[in-house]
Amino acid sequence: MKKTAIKTAKRRVASAVFIKDLRIEARSRVVTNQVLPFAGLIMVMFAFALDNDDVLQRVAGGLIWLATIFSLFIIVQRSFAIDTSDSALDSLRVAGIDLSAVFFGKAVALTLQLIALDVVLIGAAFLLYQIQVSALGVVLLVTCVVCATTGLGFVGTLYGGLTAGTNGRETLLPLLLLPVVAPVLIAATRATEAALGSSGAEISEGWAWVGLLTIFAAVFGVGGSLAFGPLIDE
Amino acid sequence: MTVEKVLEFIDVVIVYDNFPAVAGATFSVNAGEIVLLQGANGAGKTTLLRACAGLLPIARGSANVLGCDLRLDRLAVRSRVGLLGHANGLFQDLTVLENMLFWSRLVGANRNDVDQAMDAMGLSGRLSQTQVAKLSAGQRRRCALASLIVRRAQLWLLDEPHAGLDAQGRDELDKTLRAARDAGATVIFASHEIERASALATRSLIVTSGTVKQA
Repeated sequence: MKKTAIKTAKRRVASAVFIKDLRIEARSRVVTNQVLPFAGLIMVMFAFALDNDDVLQRVAGGLIWLATIFSLFIIVQRSFAIDTSDSALDSLRVAGIDLSAVFFGKAVALTLQLIALDVVLIGAAFLLYQIQVSALGVVLLVTCVVCATTGLGFVGTLYGGLTAGTNGRETLLPLLLLPVVAPVLIAATRATEAALGSSGAEISEGWAWVGLLTIFAAVFGVGGSLAFGPLIDE
Repeated sequence: MTVEKVLEFIDVVIVYDNFPAVAGATFSVNAGEIVLLQGANGAGKTTLLRACAGLLPIARGSANVLGCDLRLDRLAVRSRVGLLGHANGLFQDLTVLENMLFWSRLVGANRNDVDQAMDAMGLSGRLSQTQVAKLSAGQRRRCALASLIVRRAQLWLLDEPHAGLDAQGRDELDKTLRAARDAGATVIFASHEIERASALATRSLIVTSGTVKQA
């Protein structure tokens, strides 16, 4: 009975935080008006810099995920800046709620924003780099996007919480987060290359990388839910 | 008749940024009191209030708030206290109503509780649909207080609650705190506005260099 009540309370807190984060984004449109053009510009600048269709088609997967990770920093910083600007994070701490539920609410909201961003970035890659994908490749690509963004959502929320309220968090977050998300960058790039058939990669080769992305998401999902509360509290 | 103690600090030391911000504080607060903390800037008032809310660790001494031993478990007391510091703890991009609904959802309060709290703080009607970023400082303070009412805190911890309020807002705040006390809550607040605060408080404590004395 008590366990059910705790679960219900956790779900209630997580959904409240999730709705709050998405509502603030819908109103402020930072992702739509600033992050999305920024990520799009990265894709365009790479196209200018490399200026070779063959090369661009080969590296398209890596460019999509680099643009996603750079955008992740901005979205995470923005998400926690909202919570710390008027000490709302302190109010959350003193509300006596389970902070792991706050972690899940924020992580899922972040994941959804990243998925929306990736849909646009992949669309841009089709237009700019003239890449092609088969029906089976689409299945792999969609699974890869969901697993990779979930992992990025968890790890971004955890490190966002870690750096929230610290001096120089704008530079500290990328410095701490970049090495940690390197496995996601590598695995998601390889899986995307397999989905797109870049460099002669087979679709079947991509599923092992998706497995790695799933493990990454699971580790940071569990680890984040355990560590987020104590990190915020300190 | 025995009076219930909601807070008892005995020789409490709180270290903040490697500095003993509270150094041997001993005081207690009974249920239903409105206690004023007076003291110069940096005397340790804010640290004391944050420690009472379970936000800071107790380095030494005995600290008991609402039956919770803060040395053993700082988390248990949090759902029962409401802390309003210098900031309001609101989300600027959300409207007053959305902020209130967010906090109510966190603590499992219902829409009726939200409406009552907003009525009590004069935030109903057009103001409820206004984004917090567009409110005056006083209106934001009222919104923050309304969120404390929704949270049904048993112990209200307020740091400079009158700051930024106009004369009418201050009167309303005093009325709200008395109403909270009448409803069974206990209030501890820090203020530099001694005349107004003393009229509101049932007892005053003086905080000097991290120690607490009866006024």
